[in-house]
Order: sequence, then C-alpha cells, then structure tokens
Amino acid sequence: MSGIGAACLFVGLLCAAYAAISGVYGGLSGRRQFVVSARRAFYCLAALLIGATAILQAAFLRSDFGYRLVAEGSSTDTPTFYKVTAMWATQEGSLLLWALLLSIFSSAVLFLTRDSLRAITPYATAVLAVVAGFFLLLTVVWVSPFDQLVQPPVEGSGLNPLLRHPAMMIHPPMLYTGYVGFAIPFAFAVGALVTRSVGADWIRATRRFALIAWTFLAAGIMLGALWSYTELGWGGYWAWDPVENASLMPWLTGTAFLHSIMVQEKRGMLKAWNVSLICMTFILSLMGTFLVRSGILESIHAFGASTIGTQFLIFIAIVVLGSVALVVWRLPDLRSTARLDSLLSREAFFLLNNLVLLALALVIFWGTFFPLISEAVTGTEASVGPPWFERLVTPLALVLVALTAVGPMVAWRRVTPAGLRKVLVIPVAVAAVTAGALLLGSDAGSSLTAVAMFCLVAFVLAVVTQELWRGASARRVMTGEAWPRALSSLIGRNRRRYGGYAAHAGLAVLMLGVAGSSAFAEQQDLRLAVGDSFRSGGWEITYDRPIARVGDDRAGTGAPISFGAQLTARRGDEFRTLRPSRNYYPAAGMEEGAIGRYFEGEATSEVDVRWGLGGDLWTAVRPDISSLRGSIEEADRKFAESDGDVRGLIITAIAEQYRRSPPPASFRAISSPLVSWIWIGGGILVLGALLAAWPAPQARMRRARSLYRARLGRDLTGA
Amino acid sequence: MEYALAVIVFVALVALVVLRPLVAGNQDQAATQARRADLEAAKESKYREIRDAELDLGMGKLSRADHRAIDSELRAEAIEILRELDGLDGLSAEAAAGRDHARRAHGDESAG
Repeated sequence: MSGIGAACLFVGLLCAAYAAISGVYGGLSGRRQFVVSARRAFYCLAALLIGATAILQAAFLRSDFGYRLVAEGSSTDTPTFYKVTAMWATQEGSLLLWALLLSIFSSAVLFLTRDSLRAITPYATAVLAVVAGFFLLLTVVWVSPFDQLVQPPVEGSGLNPLLRHPAMMIHPPMLYTGYVGFAIPFAFAVGALVTRSVGADWIRATRRFALIAWTFLAAGIMLGALWSYTELGWGGYWAWDPVENASLMPWLTGTAFLHSIMVQEKRGMLKAWNVSLICMTFILSLMGTFLVRSGILESIHAFGASTIGTQFLIFIAIVVLGSVALVVWRLPDLRSTARLDSLLSREAFFLLNNLVLLALALVIFWGTFFPLISEAVTGTEASVGPPWFERLVTPLALVLVALTAVGPMVAWRRVTPAGLRKVLVIPVAVAAVTAGALLLGSDAGSSLTAVAMFCLVAFVLAVVTQELWRGASARRVMTGEAWPRALSSLIGRNRRRYGGYAAHAGLAVLMLGVAGSSAFAEQQDLRLAVGDSFRSGGWEITYDRPIARVGDDRAGTGAPISFGAQLTARRGDEFRTLRPSRNYYPAAGMEEGAIGRYFEGEATSEVDVRWGLGGDLWTAVRPDISSLRGSIEEADRKFAESDGDVRGLIITAIAEQYRRSPPPASFRAISSPLVSWIWIGGGILVLGALLAAWPAPQARMRRARSLYRARLGRDLTGA
Repeated sequence: MEYALAVIVFVALVALVVLRPLVAGNQDQAATQARRADLEAAKESKYREIRDAELDLGMGKLSRADHRAIDSELRAEAIEILRELDGLDGLSAEAAAGRDHARRAHGDESAG
C-alpha cells in the first residue's frame, strides 16, 4: 500500500502544478473553463490526500513497521488513540497533515466562490496551489511519509512519551488548521492585488475562513499551554519558548487583521494595511510550522532536527519578497476612499488596537529571533528570557485589554465626548470599585500590575454586560419583546457583533487568570522523606507513602513503570489526596541491559493538579531511583536472556523494593491562584469566535433583505 | 510496480475529472452571475451596516443627527448597489425597490 500512498502524493503534486498553471492561464486569457478545471484539480488533490492519509493511518493502526515512519513514531504497545495521532508527531506526517488541511480548506473556499469573485479566484487558486505544491514537493522529493525499511524491526521506537497527552494530540491539528486557514485570505488578497480588485469583496468572501483559522489557532495555543502545564513538570503554562511564540505571533497579527478588515468593509479604509497584515500573518504561519521542527532555535517543544530547513527558508523568502513587491506595486490602488471622521470613532480605536497588537508581535518576534540576530551580529548566541518578554509585553497587554473594553462602546464614524462619557460611567465605576476592594480588602496591592489588570478585566466585563443590557433594552423598545426573548434575538441577529464581544470577555477572563497566577503563585521545591510535611498556599501537605506501579499506567500512555508519591493536603475542613508520579518508558536499545532499559529510557512527569476556581494546587514528584541501581545491575547480569514474563516479575520485585524502602523524593508544589480562569477564558473566547463565524439562517436573512429593500424603496419612490 | 500502476490509474482518473470542462468548452453562460453574487454580498454587508447604525442609535451611542447623516449615506450606497444589481436584470432600482415595497405592503415578507 505504501506505493499507492506515494502515488497519491505524486499525482497530488501534479494536480497542484496543473491548478497553478491552469488558474493563471484562465485568469490571463479569460477562458473560464481553465479556472473551473483548476478548481476541479483542487478537489482531486483533496481526495488524493485523504487517500494518502488513510493509508498512513492504517499503517500506524496495524503497527506496520515496514513503514519507516511507523517504526520511528509508534510501537505495538502504544495505545490506539496515540497510534491514530502519532502521524503528526513526525515531520513527514505533519507536512502531509498541512497539505491535507490546505487542500480541504481550499476546495471549500473555491466551491463557495465558484460563482463570485471571477477576477480574483483564478489567481487565488494558483496561490493556494503553489502553497500546496510546496508541501507536496517536500513529501515527494525529500521526506516521504511512505518510505519503506528493507528490514523492518520487530518493534517500533514508540511515540515520544512527552507527546502522550490528549491535549498534545489535538493541539497540532488545531494549530495547523489555524496556519492553513490563514492561507485562504492570503491567497485571495494576492488575487485582489494582481487584478487590482482591492475593494472589500475578497474580504467578505474570506472573512469567515480567517475567523475560523483564528479560532483554531487560539484553541491550539490554549491546548499547547494546557499540555505544558500538565505534562512538562515545570508548573507553568507559558515559557516564552520560541515554538510557543511562533504560534502566538500569527494569532496576534490575525487578531489585528480581523479587526481592521471591518474598517475596510465599512469605510473603505486601511486597504494597504489589511493586505500587509494578512501577508504578515501567513508568513508568520509558515515560520510557525518551520520553527517546530527546524531546530534552529532551542525549544522545549521542538521535536527532532529538520532536514528541510533550507527549502522552507527559500519558500518563506519567496513569499516575503513576492508579498512586499506586490503590495508596493499596487500601492496607488490601495489608497483609502475615506478619511477618519473623528479620533473618537470605532475605526480610530481599531487602528490603535492594531498598533498595539503589531507592537506585541514585533516584541515577541525580536525576543524569539534574538539568539539568531545576536549570533549574526556578534558571533555569539545570546537569548532573552521570560523577564525580558514580561517587561515589554505586560504594559502592551494592559493597553490591549483597555482597548478591548473601549472599542465596543464607540460607534462607527464618530461619537460625541458627551456620548462616550455617558457609556463610560458604569464600567469605570465598576473598575474603580474593584480597585478599591482589592487594595483595601486584600493583599493584592503587592502587585500593582496585577491590580491594574484585574480592574481592566472588571472594566471589560462591565462593558460587555452593559452592551448586552443596552442592546436588549433598545430591542425591547423597538419590538416590545420580553427580556429573555429580546436578549436572544439581539444576539441571534447580531452574531458577528456579540460573538466578538464574547471573545473580548473571554480574553479578559483569560487575562484574569494570567495576572492572578503570574503575580501570586507560590512555588516550593523540596526534598521530602515519607512522613515529612510542608505548607503551600494555605495547604498543609504530607508525604504519606510512595507509589510504585508496574503495567498499571492510569494516564493510559502505555508506560510500563511508574513511581510516585501519595500526599495528603489539608486546609481547614478541606482534604485532598494527591498522587503525582513519574512514568518511565523503556530505552530503545539493549545497551542499558534487559532490565535496566526499562528504568533508563525517557521519563515524564504525571503531575497532580487539583483544579479550583480560586486556585490550583499543582504537585510534581521526581523519585530518586538511584538506590535501585544495584538491584537493576544484578538483575541485568543474572537475567539477561530471560523471557518477558520473567522480566515482568523482576521489574515488579524491584518496584516493590522502592515501595518498601523509599529514599527521599524531590517535590515541586505550586499554589497558583485563578489559573483555571485561563482555560475558562480561552473557552469563552473560542465560543464567542464560533458565534461570530456562524452564518445567519437563510429565512432570517431573507426577511431582513426584504425589510431593508422595502425601506429603500420608500426612499426612492418618495423622492 | 505498485507505484507506477497507481500513478497511471490516478492520473487517468484525475484527467477525467479535471479535463472535462476543457473538453466541454466554455459553457459559462452566466457571466453576470458572478457580478451578481459579489453585489449581493455587498448588499448584505450594507444592510448590516444600516442595522448596526440603528442599533447604535437605539443604544444611545449615536446622536439622532449623527445617525441621520450616517443612515442617509449608507442608504445612498445601498441604492447604488441595488441599481447595479437590478441593472443586471434590466430593471431600474426604483422599480425593483418599489416592487419590494409593494410586496411588503401586501404582507409578503419573504420576498426579495
């Protein structure tokens, strides 16, 4: 079957090449049938890549180690769920996933625009085909997912233990969907520039794709943070790591794009800005994909060095140069048709919000690539750490959250200072009361930055609540509906607006968690013997007993051995049992001995998190198994040739030895206030974005069309 | 062998699907259809802007005078779109809008 899979990729590459040529020729010649043919080539490409993915997935599921990829990324004892998702843990598989998602997204947008945007679609098709072609070229020529081994091993290496986490398995497709999704508005922007059709048509056709891409990217970033928090064993969710930053940068520029396109749609302004933003977002998406695997920057998330770095850099350089040249070439066509009516207008605040988002992206870009920049300039690699990022990002984040609050209160075109004062009264009062309560009624004053963020969060939530209240009141006046009905109608009929506000509320809630956990977390690193106690965040925590499990991995990751600790935590009447542990995965070779390899392979932290709205109690343990080394070496000498059952018994006996006489273990305990609100806020943000992207029912749209057209008719007939 | 055979079969299947529009020739009989779709999208967008301005007025974000100015500008833009849209059908904007007005007056809310 590997031959068929490879054939799918090769013919897919031919489809992409044909779609690019046919699209451009159709656009230049005006012969529509070539554009239709190019679109059909994309449908075929999607079908072929679905076939290729299905063949590869089947190989993973049946542990067919004839496939190099399966031998390197899976094993017979890898749980089925992780076998299914192991494909994108590999470089080749993730490239195939990229191409697959792009072909599906492209087919969808080309189908939806088959009867519109006649000038733009031929070139957009060509751009999408070139991008898909690049990824397919990589998989056909340099890193084929269907490479076969001449002598397949009996057992595979298994999936990287760090990746055996549910969030990590969903995280890559989410991120890639985000990255790929931004290719759609990018391609249409290029088409618009080529054909000088730089009005809002291309934006209207692709806005929903950009929003879906943004939503998936947000969900992917959140899942990555959750994985970091619960799997990496350091206790944080964001380390300003290059790979984390690489996903955040396109999200920030994508956020700016989603706001500024509204200005172009409504006012015909910011055309050059919008095409530049989407080009930037797509380029950053490509860089995000590249950074995960390139190994050019040290990262806790980078898995294996890439062999396709040069090809990626050449492609990114072509996209950068091409985008810049195209925008500069079309600058005369990109002049705004309107001017800013007032600085007190929504478009002015959107512009400000764009500048802040871009500043954030630039700061993060500089900090992320500083090691490369410093090496190029000084010859020595230096990097900036989290404090550098926090010093620059925190004030910008405060301004951003403030703008998140003010933006929705201001009308398009202009608002009078008196009008703005009127809508500001209640939210400002809420923020002031919050500040007073925090400073006078708690010890939050130790971090004024956190207090400022809490006040701004209260400000945003008050604004969103006020907007809902005032909107529902206005609707009640217009229609006489009861409150619940008025509120649901208001949201249902203005999904884009209120979905956006929900996303703002989600961001505010998320920042509440970030501020609380960053400023007030208590971390302790201790070495404890059984019976020892310590205090963390008001909890009295005692190391009760050691845990040693063989073949009983409760997280379902397939780890054969797990050592840990049972702790009891008491705070007043509250009582919790905590069981942090560390999973041990066997080393691939036999160099460490038949028994020793089970203890000397990779190990991962299985942290215990007691989630709570007020705060989490997070614990991790690093057992000291050096005392077992003597027994392990002796077992290796005596039972080197033993079969699996005997080895199992010996490993169980060694585990029992740890349970009977455990040496002191190292613990990390973190009491992290409000951290759960990060995930809750992220969820609200994603739901809000989905609400904004959800299309209005056709019947309702027809009624609205009829109503407005009739009103315009009255204008005309009365004139 | 498996690879070569699969490539031949896939190329043949793809060619059947992809080349069909070329063999069938240019059957694009609705050149105005695309323009209509673009104008329909622009119209929806303009209606949404009118609705947004109304909501802003109702919520007190816009003064009555500002709303009047913005609304008349938006309506003028919407009428331009309607004119072009109806021009595609050979109708005048006034006739088309008047037709809709008449339909609404007779309670036909789903027209348009």
